[in-house]
Amino acid sequence: MHPAYSVIVFTTASGAGYGLLVWIAAGVAFGFAPRDAAFGFVGMGVALAMITTGLLTSTLHLGRPERAWRAFSQWRTSWLSREGVAAVVTYIPAGLLGLGLVFGEFAPGQIVLGAALSAPCALITLWCTGMIYASLPTIRAWHQPLVAPLYVVLGLATGGVLMTGLLLSFGHDAHWIAAGGGAAMLLGAILKRLYWTAIDTAKKTYTAEAATGLGHLGTVRPLDPPHTQPNFVMREIGYQVARRHAEKLRSTAAMLLFLLPLAAALLLLINPPHALQLIIAALATASMIAGVLMERWLFFAEAEHVVVVYYRGGSA
Amino acid sequence: MLNQEPDIALSEPSADEIKTTTCYMCACRCGIRVHLKDGSVRYIDGNRDHPVNRGVICGKGAAGIMTHMSPSRLRAPLKRIGPRGSGEYAEISWDEALETATGWLKGVRERDPTKLAFFTGRDQSQALTGWFAQQYGTPNFAAHGGFCSVNMAAAGLYTFGGSFWEFGEPDWEHTKYFMLFGVAEDHASNPLKIELGKLKAKGVKVVAVNPIRTGYGAIADEWIGIRPGTDGLFVGALIHELMRTQKIDLEYLVRFTNAHWLVIDAPGAADDGLFARDEAGKPLAFDKNTGTPADASRIDIAPALTGSFQLSDGRNAKPGFVAIAERFLSDQYDPETVAVTTAIPAETIRRIARELAHAAFEQTITLDIPWTDTAGRRHEKTVGRPVSMHAMRGISAHANGFQTCRMLHLLQIVLGSIDCPGGFRYKAPFPRPTPPPNRPARATGPCQPLKGAPLGFPQVPEDLLVEPDGAAQRIDKAYSWDAPIAAHGLMHMVITNAATADPYPVDVLFMYMANMSWNSSMNIPAVLKHLTAKDETTGEYVIPKIIYSDAYSSEMIAYADLILPDTTYLERWDCISFLDRPISGADGPADAIRQPVVTPDRDVRPFQSVLIDLGARLGLPGFVTDTGAPRYPGGYADYIVNHERSPGIGSLAGFRGADGASYGRGAPNAKQLEAYIAGGCFHEHRLAPDQRYYKHANKSYLEWSKDVGFIGAATPVTFQLYLEPLQKFRLSARGHGAIQPPASHRPRIEKYFDPIPFWYPPFDGGADEHRFSAITQRPMHMYHSWGTHNGWLRQITAENRLYINRARAKTLGIADDDWVWIKSAIGRVKGRARLMEGVNPDTVWTWNAIGRRTGAAALANDAPESTRGFLLNHLITELLPEREGGYRFSNSDPITGQAAWYDLRVSIEKAKPDEANESFPQFVPLHAPPLAEIKSEAVP
Amino acid sequence: MTSLPETTGKKLGLVIDLDTCVGCQACATSCKEWNAGGYSAPLTDQDAHGGDPHGAWLNRVHSYDVGDGPKSRTVHFPRSCLHCETPACVTVCPTGASYKRASDGIVLVNPDTCIGCKLCSWACPYGAREYDYADGVMKKCTLCVDRIYNESFALEDRVPACVRACPTGARHFGDLGDPSSAVSQLVQEREGFDLLPEMGYKPVNKYLPPRPRRDQTSEAPAHAAEQPTVNSGSLADRFFVWADNTLAR
Ligand SMILES: Nc1nc2c(c(=O)[nH]1)N[C@H]1C(S)=C(S)[C@@H](COP(=O)(O)OP(=O)(O)OC[C@H]3O[C@@H](n4cnc5c(=O)[nH]c(N)nc54)[C@H](O)[C@@H]3O)O[C@H]1N2
Ligand SMILES: Nc1nc2c(c(=O)[nH]1)N[C@H]1C(S)=C(S)[C@@H](COP(=O)(O)OP(=O)(O)OC[C@H]3O[C@@H](n4cnc5c(=O)[nH]c(N)nc54)[C@H](O)[C@@H]3O)O[C@H]1N2
Ligand code: SF4
Ligand code: SF4
Ligand code: SF4
Ligand code: SF4
Ligand code: SF4
Ligand SMILES: [Mo]
Repeated sequence: MHPAYSVIVFTTASGAGYGLLVWIAAGVAFGFAPRDAAFGFVGMGVALAMITTGLLTSTLHLGRPERAWRAFSQWRTSWLSREGVAAVVTYIPAGLLGLGLVFGEFAPGQIVLGAALSAPCALITLWCTGMIYASLPTIRAWHQPLVAPLYVVLGLATGGVLMTGLLLSFGHDAHWIAAGGGAAMLLGAILKRLYWTAIDTAKKTYTAEAATGLGHLGTVRPLDPPHTQPNFVMREIGYQVARRHAEKLRSTAAMLLFLLPLAAALLLLINPPHALQLIIAALATASMIAGVLMERWLFFAEAEHVVVVYYRGGSA
Repeated sequence: MLNQEPDIALSEPSADEIKTTTCYMCACRCGIRVHLKDGSVRYIDGNRDHPVNRGVICGKGAAGIMTHMSPSRLRAPLKRIGPRGSGEYAEISWDEALETATGWLKGVRERDPTKLAFFTGRDQSQALTGWFAQQYGTPNFAAHGGFCSVNMAAAGLYTFGGSFWEFGEPDWEHTKYFMLFGVAEDHASNPLKIELGKLKAKGVKVVAVNPIRTGYGAIADEWIGIRPGTDGLFVGALIHELMRTQKIDLEYLVRFTNAHWLVIDAPGAADDGLFARDEAGKPLAFDKNTGTPADASRIDIAPALTGSFQLSDGRNAKPGFVAIAERFLSDQYDPETVAVTTAIPAETIRRIARELAHAAFEQTITLDIPWTDTAGRRHEKTVGRPVSMHAMRGISAHANGFQTCRMLHLLQIVLGSIDCPGGFRYKAPFPRPTPPPNRPARATGPCQPLKGAPLGFPQVPEDLLVEPDGAAQRIDKAYSWDAPIAAHGLMHMVITNAATADPYPVDVLFMYMANMSWNSSMNIPAVLKHLTAKDETTGEYVIPKIIYSDAYSSEMIAYADLILPDTTYLERWDCISFLDRPISGADGPADAIRQPVVTPDRDVRPFQSVLIDLGARLGLPGFVTDTGAPRYPGGYADYIVNHERSPGIGSLAGFRGADGASYGRGAPNAKQLEAYIAGGCFHEHRLAPDQRYYKHANKSYLEWSKDVGFIGAATPVTFQLYLEPLQKFRLSARGHGAIQPPASHRPRIEKYFDPIPFWYPPFDGGADEHRFSAITQRPMHMYHSWGTHNGWLRQITAENRLYINRARAKTLGIADDDWVWIKSAIGRVKGRARLMEGVNPDTVWTWNAIGRRTGAAALANDAPESTRGFLLNHLITELLPEREGGYRFSNSDPITGQAAWYDLRVSIEKAKPDEANESFPQFVPLHAPPLAEIKSEAVP
Repeated sequence: MTSLPETTGKKLGLVIDLDTCVGCQACATSCKEWNAGGYSAPLTDQDAHGGDPHGAWLNRVHSYDVGDGPKSRTVHFPRSCLHCETPACVTVCPTGASYKRASDGIVLVNPDTCIGCKLCSWACPYGAREYDYADGVMKKCTLCVDRIYNESFALEDRVPACVRACPTGARHFGDLGDPSSAVSQLVQEREGFDLLPEMGYKPVNKYLPPRPRRDQTSEAPAHAAEQPTVNSGSLADRFFVWADNTLAR
């Protein structure tokens, strides 16, 4: 699949944003994050900004962004629609939570309620994002049980890194979050490894022979393409990344996304000086962002759509 | 609300108005309906009533809108202001353009009209252009036929008075076995497709003989991947097998052919190999009843087909068929022998012969149609041998194409399957006499018209256009000893000959609708040199003036001095006439017109009207009235209606006579075009059932054909298995007669002018290392270079590949998409490879005319057509290597002058990694002239 | 309307005969031409006369080399929307622009509500959705919905543009839900098949397989030559004896 930058940025940014929202909500609810106006302002600000930027960026992918509102209508069948609805719905508890933190509660329990609802909403949104991909039977690499969980876990992991950095910048203790985020990171790493193994070993059962129904006559090889220059389908779907190149990117992504932030989390747990903590958190954030961008790029680039068998022959 | 199905407009009319006309996205000439909305073309579909396409349309035809709206359209007359080839032009007015042309042409006509070479390409108005040349007085006229498929036309017309091309068609309804030789698409584009679809549905076996399996070959029941240029061996072996197994329609032979005519056997004599004739000149046959020679055409004799007989003068003569049978039964055509060269297993050859015989002799068709033959005998039923064939350029575009095609007709004839139910059928105006009686006309001096049409059919050396020393009188050397029966001229040689003043220089080269500096010439680099060559002493171009009419920004316009921009096919009148190539079917003689369905939005004029205007300005006889006023002030439409070639015979056969009720013959009818338009822009006459078969010997048909002016006399057309005219040329090469070839040409004439068809290897063999035959095919959705300026069609094919047999490519280390060098004896070309199964292992090929020169056709400089596309034409030599005496013959069939495009031999080599970037050669980019804006955005 | 109808009144679709398709592209350009000015208008092209020409086409014709060596064949393969019965291209659509008509099963995109998210093109296994880069919305084969019911047309012209164009008659249009329809019978007779049935989309369009070639075996009995009266001499001599006797009869 062609890695669309708008979609990569969208899932990366809003993924981290929702992750951060979950951590803030959980932190506030369970007390390992402060109910502090400044922290609330910045923390919720960053989370919502990332979510909103992501969502807005995603509309860049649209041919008719001005009609984006229509995407909320088909939640009964469409995961994209569900994601849109969930994303919008999430703003409500997130708003309650954020406003409560910054301006104080208008109503008793506002923060707790907001936090209690924000977290599941954010998680649901992340799940929906994952399901947009996981629900497509046409793309083997996406149509995997691990895909939706990965979106959730990676959202939490990347949000965790952000949360850690934020807490540290405000001089708060970040041990719990570092540990929690690190755990999510570890889980993410494990899931991603399993995912890669899964797609590497998945049997390519869709063949040109089956796609054309001509298999009984022998191997099916494309002779002349319908058009000599790539068409929309091939531009959108026909993207192919070289195997060796992908391997390299995978290890780099794994290092940036998992290894370095995990190491950072461990370092933070041994309590280095505050300034160093900040630096570590900043580096971890940068590394994580680069890593997740790469991971998302690969998620597209490595995914093969069944339609390629019509154009290239072989199997998918 | 969101969940309701939207209301959609289901009954939007397709047009404000639908106009019929005739398509011109190729030469098939289908009937189309042009749907016009807000004055622009919205949609084009096929006309269901039309006899050619019966409602369907092809890939090109349906993309006509984009050709009509192409940014490559010229917009005003141009004159060259920079050096030739620079593409520096100035727009000029029509007045200036026409005055310039008139000035040039007038001077030439007054000095020596032969110094005008007027050659037209893919146009459909040769009745007019040929007449212009005739009235102007130059024999130097021809259209594209010579580089196209004249072998096919000549072989058919000399043999049975018809031809493949679109001059005939299989009896699709009744045929039980269909063989297709060397056809990728052809002129009968839609009819072939329609009928192949039906044959397949009926389970009629379709056999495709073609080195390549695409298109029609892909759906054929059997594909025979023959080695190029060897069909003569294959067909000869089929005849061998039919004779060996005694599956020959002898009755048919003695009834309709000259098989039994006695051929004089007197080696060394001036009439050796000619037919023995009686005092009246009638050919003789040996009558077994009386034991004496008798008029071969008599129906009351029992003609001998075999044996050797004494003539009254004591000399020996044998029926022509004896030598034919001896030739084909010889070992040369034994399937085992032939298998080696053709790459067709002997068993396959035998099986095909068996299948042919089975269809012809065991599945005879009997129709309940009584008919009467020319001898007055009534036949209660029409009986036929349902084997049919079609062939085109795969046979003809080889230097052995004439004889191969003759052999193919011989095969049809020995099976008894010409113009019978289930066989191959004539379309009117055919059959005509074998060959048609008109001979090529000669120049008669300054300001004098020719006495007849420039093109014709020589039958004896005296018909040739040669000087006493044997030198050619025509610029293209047609009808010279180089190509004696060049029925369509040799357009591919004009530029070369004019530039090298061989046989002489010309003053004006006038061309129309032929992209001669690119895809319709051989050896493009040489042609470009010729077009720009200057005389060192005078500094003038050696081809001093070039006038050219094109509608688009082609490669050729950059080399013209004066450019006459044509309209598009939707903007003009045209006439698809019996005087040229009509659109008849076997049961329905038909002709057609094109009407302007939209008006030009630029300063362009229909070329035919321009030519008529030029004729009037030059005061050519027939183009002006007695007072010198223009005869056809209304342009081409006026001419179509009012021009009479001979009294009562004009461009269109339908609705003639003052009342519009006559057919074929009749006075001009002022309302004729209206009547055509009312009928869908065509007119079809349905033949009576008893006129539909055996037209060559069908009394009722031939009389009708004479009445409407297609033929001069209602005499039967006798098939010339033994082709006496060839023997006459041969005799002259043996030193007989007044007109003899120069010594340098004698062995060639002796060898190739064999009155009995035979196979010989094509000439352009290349050196040993050039192991592959390299050929082209027409893509079904592109028409030569016309397709590439069409914004839709070029999306389908914007670049071409070199197709190589997969297994063979492996041995050369070539993989899909690799860049490869293709080398011939005269140069090299680089392109990308594509491997395939369905191609003869010794053959490589590409799609024709996709590659374009940078800057042509209003394409961007990085267009794939020029960066990755390539032409094989650069590799095809126009002149064969030097022979005895240093003379170089053109790369053409020695009999007809047909361009031997498909004799090319090449070697293939993988390009080095640093060469794997773009095609080669690349020429200096062309500079585009000012072009028309795209008028409307209504249709993208 | 993204939910699929439970059932559709008809199952209109195409039947494409791979045995007769010669790959002429008439269906492709006729489709382009009709739709460029019809329901799908505009159907834009990008860089039509430039270095990278491409555009939205609703029907495309592939060609394939199938098998190896002497048994191989060339097959032309037109491909457009198959108007599947249970297609995810419809259900994934977030806006409802993509829908399957309850009355006849035609799968359409509403050009007024499509946001051009392209998700449906990802969900289609057959590559049948074509994004129009200039128009910003998804396009696809409409089964010529603006022709087949068009009351301003002659009855025989109420068929898809591609079907009307196809010179070989390789394309058939009709109700595949009605077992007695001509198309259903054709599918039955010729063992029409579904593309990628394992995807579970249940395509309505069917393909007819290429018929077996007839190049290995002969239909004509291998009969011996008629017996000539002499058995000796060259082939020509024997032939002449036969010819003599035959003509004399
Ligand atoms: N290698 C190779 N070369 C070949 C062949 C081959 O098989 N292989 N085939 C040969 C054969 S058979 C042929 S017929 C030739 C064809 O070759 P050409 O006759 O050169 O055919 P086109 O390239 O189509 O171009 C004719 C010119 O007509 C112009 N034109 C198009 N429409 C109009 C119009 O309405 N009015 C006017 N005035 N001009 C118009 C086009 O722009 C173009 O420049 O190619 C020959 N060349
Ligand atoms: N779409 C489209 N239609 C056209 C044209 C076009 O450009 N495009 N051009 C028109 C013109 S001008 C012409 S002349 C006709 C020509 O119509 P065709 O005769 O069909 O023209 P080609 O494409 O040259 O096809 C020649 C075929 O012969 C095969 N062949 C080559 N050498 C041999 C051989 O030695 N033996 C056998 N058996 N086969 C061989 C080639 O593989 C190819 O399939 O088409 C006309 N129709
Ligand atoms: S076959 Fe030729 S004339 Fe007929 S529709 Fe196609 S392009 Fe036009
Ligand atoms: S072919 Fe593709 S676009 Fe058409 S209905 Fe099926 S899934 Fe949808
Ligand atoms: S591109 Fe349009 S039709 Fe396709 S899923 Fe998106 S909104 Fe629906
Ligand atoms: S049915 Fe209409 S829209 Fe669909 S492929 Fe055919 S012509 Fe195109
Ligand atoms: S129009 Fe018919 S024959 Fe031509 S490509 Fe389409 S389906 Fe095949
Ligand atoms: Mo031609």
